[in-house]
Amino acid sequence: MLDVQEIRKTFSGFTAVDGVTFTVPAQGITAVIGPNGAGKSTLFNLLTGHIRADSGRVTFQDTDITGTAPHTICRMGVGRSFQHTNIFRKLTVFENVQAALIAHGGQAGAFWSRADRLYRDEAMKLLASLGLAGQAADVADSLSHGNQKQLELGVALASDPKLLLLDEPTAGMSASETRDTIRLLERIVADRKLTLLFTEHDMDVVFSIAQKIAVLHQGKLIAEGSPTEVRNDAEVRRVYLGGRH
Amino acid sequence: MNALNRIPWATLVFIAAACVPLFGSRFYTYLATDIAILALFAASLNLLLGYTGLVSFGHAAYFGIGAYTCAILMKTYGVYFPLAFLAAGAMAAAFALVFGAFCVRSSKIYFAMLTLAFAQIVWAICFKWNSVTGGEQGFSNVPYPNLDWMASLPFIGGWRATDHFYLLVLLLIAIGFAALRRIVQSPFGRMLTAIRENPERAEFIGINVRKYQLAAFVVAGTFAGWAGALFGLFNRGVFPDFAYWSKSAEVLIMTILGGMGHFWGPAVGAATLILLNHQITSYTTYWPFILGSILIVLLFVFPGGLVGALHAGVQRLRRGRDA
Repeated sequence: MLDVQEIRKTFSGFTAVDGVTFTVPAQGITAVIGPNGAGKSTLFNLLTGHIRADSGRVTFQDTDITGTAPHTICRMGVGRSFQHTNIFRKLTVFENVQAALIAHGGQAGAFWSRADRLYRDEAMKLLASLGLAGQAADVADSLSHGNQKQLELGVALASDPKLLLLDEPTAGMSASETRDTIRLLERIVADRKLTLLFTEHDMDVVFSIAQKIAVLHQGKLIAEGSPTEVRNDAEVRRVYLGGRH
Repeated sequence: MNALNRIPWATLVFIAAACVPLFGSRFYTYLATDIAILALFAASLNLLLGYTGLVSFGHAAYFGIGAYTCAILMKTYGVYFPLAFLAAGAMAAAFALVFGAFCVRSSKIYFAMLTLAFAQIVWAICFKWNSVTGGEQGFSNVPYPNLDWMASLPFIGGWRATDHFYLLVLLLIAIGFAALRRIVQSPFGRMLTAIRENPERAEFIGINVRKYQLAAFVVAGTFAGWAGALFGLFNRGVFPDFAYWSKSAEVLIMTILGGMGHFWGPAVGAATLILLNHQITSYTTYWPFILGSILIVLLFVFPGGLVGALHAGVQRLRRGRDA
């Protein structure tokens, strides 16, 4: 599904991502883990075109997307969320999802028709599947942090992505919110038959749902494999898990 | 309260405005024409400022380009008004497309500075190109459009030529507002609001943010060009000041005073500023001082402008009634 070759990015002397190579198999859940500053978010931004790589190649479904603009990558079927929740804060919850549906439906350039009646049912259905139907008319900014994260997930799903990238989907959530979110993600991946790639620093989350794990440390990939392989990897135990597992 | 929403306020205001010549005062018609034209100019800026989140310090450039295009075509080349008017919009759009293509490459303050720089270039050309624009002296004695047909109409036929011109302005401004309203309520308008709220997210729902910002810039420039064309005819002359930075600041103040992001905010701001200007300058020469004070108070007390404050007030009333 996604194939990353020797990708590298340096910010004024600091190498954030140092020649990372890994693949994301189709229709599975892959996690990228690593301590803060390991380069997880930079890696995501390289994959979605927000940052231009110094070298290396990113291939999505056999198409080279290195250096492609984010909106083009999105239109090819990649959805994403950001570590710092990115939503349209002053629009309503409904309008947030509806905007993404309009863009996905190719109607964004229509300047002479009315927007408010477009995709009503689709937007409400999507919000209901995330448990946000009751808040559809609320301004997005007024939602709780956890609900805002779910809304961002809804905005990403509205583009009907084949590959979904989530940057710390449970960051800042309570234990029960985290559990709900994990269950929700598993259901979405199964229902929509999509491929999920996410970053996380909560180990319990990662080992409970990921089928494949890639471990980043100081910009380098130090391990890649099934949860069991990663858990038993000597290097991973030394630098990251610290013998906890 | 829903009954209040159902009243076609905009239509009522335009009908009321059309009755202004009934007062029989040249001055009232003059003021009303001024307000109508600048209201459209401010509304065009609001498409950038309030809806797309782009701060332009050089919106007067397109106002000036529209004004010169229409005036030069009508006076120098004897082109009929409808054609000259359309050409003014097209010329303003063309310049907005070229300048905007550079501006949208930068963001925030750099965008604002670039718009200002391009506007000053336009001003300098208008100021220096004597053979075409009349240079410093301006381009005067621009003819009124031929409105003889209005004189043969019943009821309004006996009105003055300035009243007839005012009716023409009002009609075109009403069409302009209707078109802008349609644009901001369209899917395209919704995308602009999404870009204002969060360009990064907008990019990742599949929107080419720069392209949409440029499109908004061109649309705003076109309407500013039309407003400028009417303003030149209204003044019977076009001057380099039309494109000067102070004109850009004036329209920015109108938009913020009235409430950016609210559709009717700029129109309210234009009316308020023009009426205040005429009232206060008859009492004191310290008009800029008073204006500055009003703006400071407003920005602190009502950051949403006059319409924003009104909107918040109505909502509080509504909540009070529901409770």
